[in-house]
Amino acid sequence: MASPYRMKNAKFKVYRGNASEGQEVEYTVPVEEGMVVLDAIHYIQKNQAPDLAVRWNCKAAKCGSCSAEVNGKPKLMCKSRLDDFNLDEEINVRPMKSFPIIKDLACDVSWNYEVNKKIKPFTPKENTNWIMKQRDVDRVQEFRKCIECFACQNVCHVIRDHDLKPKFAGPRFFVRVAGLEMHPLDAADRLSDLKNDMGIGFCNITKCCTEVCPEDIHITDNAIIPLKERIVDKYYDPFKMIFRKIFGMQ
Amino acid sequence: MLDRFEIHEHDVLVIGAGGAGLRAAIEASANGVSVGLVCKSLLGKAHTVMAEGGIAAALANVDKEDSWQTHFTDTMFGGKYINNFKMAELHAKEAPERVHELEHWGAVFDRTNEGKILQRAFGGHKYKRLSHVGDRTGLEMIRTLQDKGVHMGIDVYMECTVTKLLKDGDRISGAFGYWRETGKFVIFKAKSVVLATGGMGKMYKITSNSWEYTADGQALAYNAGAELIDCEFIQFHPTGMIWPPGVSGILVTEAVRGEGGTLTNNKGERFMERYDPKLMDLSTRDVVARAIYTENKEGRGSVHGGAYLDISHKGADYVKKKLPSMYHQFKDLADVDITKGPMEVGPTCHYSMGGVRVEAETAMSCVPGLFAAGEVAGGMHGANRLGGNSLSDLVVFGRRAGLYASEFAKKNSQAKINEKEIESSEKEVISFFENSGENPYAVHMDLQDLMQANVGIFRTENDIQKAINGLSKLKEKAKKVKIEGSRMYNPGWHMAYDLQNMIMYSEAIARSAIQRKESRGAHSRIDYPDPNPDDATWTSLIKLGTNGEMVVGKAPVIPMSKELKEVLKNDEGRVSKYSNLLK
Repeated sequence: MASPYRMKNAKFKVYRGNASEGQEVEYTVPVEEGMVVLDAIHYIQKNQAPDLAVRWNCKAAKCGSCSAEVNGKPKLMCKSRLDDFNLDEEINVRPMKSFPIIKDLACDVSWNYEVNKKIKPFTPKENTNWIMKQRDVDRVQEFRKCIECFACQNVCHVIRDHDLKPKFAGPRFFVRVAGLEMHPLDAADRLSDLKNDMGIGFCNITKCCTEVCPEDIHITDNAIIPLKERIVDKYYDPFKMIFRKIFGMQ
Repeated sequence: MLDRFEIHEHDVLVIGAGGAGLRAAIEASANGVSVGLVCKSLLGKAHTVMAEGGIAAALANVDKEDSWQTHFTDTMFGGKYINNFKMAELHAKEAPERVHELEHWGAVFDRTNEGKILQRAFGGHKYKRLSHVGDRTGLEMIRTLQDKGVHMGIDVYMECTVTKLLKDGDRISGAFGYWRETGKFVIFKAKSVVLATGGMGKMYKITSNSWEYTADGQALAYNAGAELIDCEFIQFHPTGMIWPPGVSGILVTEAVRGEGGTLTNNKGERFMERYDPKLMDLSTRDVVARAIYTENKEGRGSVHGGAYLDISHKGADYVKKKLPSMYHQFKDLADVDITKGPMEVGPTCHYSMGGVRVEAETAMSCVPGLFAAGEVAGGMHGANRLGGNSLSDLVVFGRRAGLYASEFAKKNSQAKINEKEIESSEKEVISFFENSGENPYAVHMDLQDLMQANVGIFRTENDIQKAINGLSKLKEKAKKVKIEGSRMYNPGWHMAYDLQNMIMYSEAIARSAIQRKESRGAHSRIDYPDPNPDDATWTSLIKLGTNGEMVVGKAPVIPMSKELKEVLKNDEGRVSKYSNLLK
């Protein structure tokens, strides 16, 4: 069966190198119907550059491993279809910008794992009967869809442009905290951590994270803003401030 | 001489950080020993994350009649009675507790109207039994375990590949491997080791498995002297994507059928009526995969060589709520709106029922101090695994492996590291850089073609022999593959090593398959189309011979207790077709 796609080639410019030096290398890849950018990278690996470093696992947008910048936009390569690009122009593939490059398309995302360790774990209420209504877990389930592709961390200007990494946890971890704070049976309080250690105040809700989320989590509206509101309510409510001053409570 | 290596020391070393590895690490750590956890990918990306439909456990939240006995009966029928009975029993009894434990650690399952954990129907399960979160149950499970594990003081070694298990005499003493990032070698000293490395599907062309699934744990165990059982039983999941070509093999969850999806052929017939009129679309996976294959062979397949699977009659809201990732997967990758019309599906290599032979209670292999849990272990699922029984297997036996590995570590001292073993393993892994043979990817593609064509869903003596002959040639080629570039994050080099493991296990599959002259579960012989009840008394056994050759034999199926026989009595009609165990 003659498919019009078979006739076409796509040109790729892929970053090859490490943190200190590297360049974009051009590769030509024959296009098949339904092909995604990750398929093209695999084609290059098999046929032209067997040592091309790239992370991937599921190839079905479930594991969040193959994040990269495709034509300057944070994307999962397994979800980026070639027929969404103008194949007369080169497709540029680079590693995520906000993390140190290891080699080629693989970068060092270990900082994220360090942030995660500091979040207070799920702490169930005492003597709960574990009954939860679906409507009460719906919004928690939205946050738990996160596949940790770190595209939101990569695009967030607090990290990308201002590199406030040690003081700022980033959208991925606000989503995680939201999932814990809004869990109907959780008893821990993470608001002071959010305000102080995680630097949620640096976020000025530009919604860049929400735009790139491959899981369509409403990061800003459903996670970050409600968390900010809780902090305002707890720490900046004038009545509560007076109360705290008088009774010396945190 | 060891000074030149980076060395880490733990009481228990867990290799693999999917559901089984994480659960083992958590249990060992809770038992008060120091734990190292090594994984080939980043933490949280293991294959468990791709599990979709649910975790099977007889909670009886939806169908009150459900019990561990029924779960056990279903599992044994699914496995065609050569399962390790004891494992199937422990699994059915302990799965509910493990599911509740996940909830107590923060997992948020879908709810019933009363607010309990919801359960859905699945192939081969008599009752609604699968706790789930839409169609992303594996993600929920791995994230829950990951977030639990990071607070327990477990040392995690990410992107590290283990190439050899180290031994002192018979006993395990640690592991040797390399960092994927730098290519530098690393030694792990440990009193006991838990293998939780998952499966092997990358040796087949059409597979739902990721690059990690290259039979590493099976090969590590085999080379360390452990036994492998049931290698002939490879599960081809009936519903993988088949179009467009780039997505072929990607899993389409059984939950589509669990939620009411139906299979049809190009004549619009619900063909499962011919293959399993009772269970229909929710028959066991081996039966449905063969049915789709046969429909195609007889000219009734879908446009691209599969079958049509339709859930659109359930309405768009329902489909999007219960199967959100399927909705997006088809919309984004195949331009198909599954709320409006059917998807096209066909069989894809999915799971290995066989693996390391272990003791049911402790998960220990015949090598003292070496444990195995999850897909890398064999026995639990017999000749065919039921959907949903994998996630429960991971936590039931992951916990047991972690518990007994830590007990073993408490009772034993650190065994010696053998320098010669390290030297030979180092040499083996580096030698590829001096080769001048083929590209490792080309050899891998040859292997996939060979296995797909000759040891697939339907098998014959001739085809399997062809595979065995082909494998001996590929084995030579694979030793000589040529590597370009440096040792830094070099996937070509990594593939060269993984290839050795895949070829070893391919041979184990083929040699076990040629030995079993009957059809049972996932092993379908065209030349022996029926099950032979006399063959239910043994499982295939593979081990490394003294001269480096592969030795094939049989291991007796462990005798079933009287209590379990009583449980199966209600199911005597089905049992007697496959086994004489009740006679």
